[in-house]
Amino acid sequence: MPGDSTIVRFEDVTLSFGATPALAHVSFEIKAGETRVVLGAAGSGKTMLLKTAVGLVKPDSGRVYLFGQDVTDLKESQLFDIRAKVGILFQEGGLFDSLTIEENVAYPLLNQHSLSRNGTLPAEEVAQRVREALRFVELEHTLDKFPNELSGGMRRRVGIARAVVTTPALVLYDSPTAGLDPITANTIISVILKERDLRNTASIMVTHRYQDGHLMANFRYNPSNGQIEPAAGTRREGVEAEGSQVSTRFLVMQEGRLVFEGSETELKASVDPYVQKFARAGTA
Amino acid sequence: MLDFLKNPIATFQDFLFLSGRAFRNIFRAPHYADDILLQMDIIGVGSLFIVGLIGFFSGVVMALQMSRALSTYGAQGQIGQIVSITLVRELGPVLSAVLVAGRNASGMASELGSMRVTEQIDAMRALGTDPIQKLVTPRLIATALVLPLLTIIADFLGLVGGYFIAATMLNITRSQYWTSAWQVLEYNDLTQGLLKPFLFAIVVALVGCFYGMRTVGGTQGVGRSTTKAVVVASVWIFVITSMLDPLFVNL
Repeated sequence: MPGDSTIVRFEDVTLSFGATPALAHVSFEIKAGETRVVLGAAGSGKTMLLKTAVGLVKPDSGRVYLFGQDVTDLKESQLFDIRAKVGILFQEGGLFDSLTIEENVAYPLLNQHSLSRNGTLPAEEVAQRVREALRFVELEHTLDKFPNELSGGMRRRVGIARAVVTTPALVLYDSPTAGLDPITANTIISVILKERDLRNTASIMVTHRYQDGHLMANFRYNPSNGQIEPAAGTRREGVEAEGSQVSTRFLVMQEGRLVFEGSETELKASVDPYVQKFARAGTA
Repeated sequence: MLDFLKNPIATFQDFLFLSGRAFRNIFRAPHYADDILLQMDIIGVGSLFIVGLIGFFSGVVMALQMSRALSTYGAQGQIGQIVSITLVRELGPVLSAVLVAGRNASGMASELGSMRVTEQIDAMRALGTDPIQKLVTPRLIATALVLPLLTIIADFLGLVGGYFIAATMLNITRSQYWTSAWQVLEYNDLTQGLLKPFLFAIVVALVGCFYGMRTVGGTQGVGRSTTKAVVVASVWIFVITSMLDPLFVNL
């Protein structure tokens, strides 16, 4: 029974391709404003977890709830309205390379008909929201460029702009820092933190880099100076329950199974050698 | 025991599902007119030169080869008829379709395949568009509209090629060639000459899109899909034409 504030809920979800299980009896949930960091080796089912959450892939068994609605057996046409409330950053960005950056970011606004009352948004509003979203990721000057003219990090940021242009309540990030140098990776994470902390969106971030999760759990975006800073300060001021350390939980996946769920402290304390591998990577 | 049949049959079933959805979407909103026009330009205008060229030379070759056989009966004056019938009934449709399969079924498979492996197809679904509606149906409509037109052009240029040989090497007058070429054609010939490219177009577009949409395995997978699309589409063109011919030959 998903509660009111539950955004995503997996109940014993299993999915396999042929003989190889992609997800095996996965159960977890995330409430409004919370963050989940999903760690795991390549091919452990992290991406499938995200795709199953929005119905891009149908599970073999188990139930998936999105915003309190059972989406497991919904038809594609019925899923479109629910997906409009979710932003997704695909691995490598998933940008349409035949469209300009402006058209890419405008795409969800023009095609997700549930976003407006009569099915189409006025052109000026679309242009304005696209500009806002690109300004949000500091790429306003790239409007007329094509994705292949941008660097990997910039493409990821455009992908984030496209994911958040509809102001979704939940954003899924699939390996946002994969293949990027550490400095660019931190830029991406600070954009993600900015989105999370300014709009209070629930976030699920799949990554293989423990450092990303560490930042998500311990840092917050400071709107006054536009930088990210350790979130510890806010907790000392007595708002512990709202501190991101509390609402950020780590999930570790191994061959489709969820082998760990807990806070960063618990992650570090885990004795499971597989889980330890992901906790230790960051301390190095 | 029949396990080896499982895969091809499952693949064919997937193909029929995709085809069904692509056809159903023709009658459903939203319609992507821009995409249809763009594809008509890519497939039609883009293939015009090569289809015309091959059409012309097939007429030339046909006239040259047949003139020898006809001369043994002293019937070289009939060259227009032979070129006309073979081109309109068979060679025009099949050659144009094979060329478009090579140019565009491969193009569709690699374009959709690349979109598939870079998650653009998933992104499309996530952002509120049915990829079959947006990608497959426009390509199907565009090919079905354009391939019959290309075939007509190939047929005509083939006849011109035949006339070129007839006039320069066989000393046949212009009116003799064109009158015999024109008068020999019956409605039956024109019907199959236009029905075939229409059916070939459906197969070429659907096969190209089908292999594109089910691409797996990165860049290598895109290459595999492209090859498969061209081979399968070409084979089906010949299978369909040999299945249709018995229906028309005796009419």
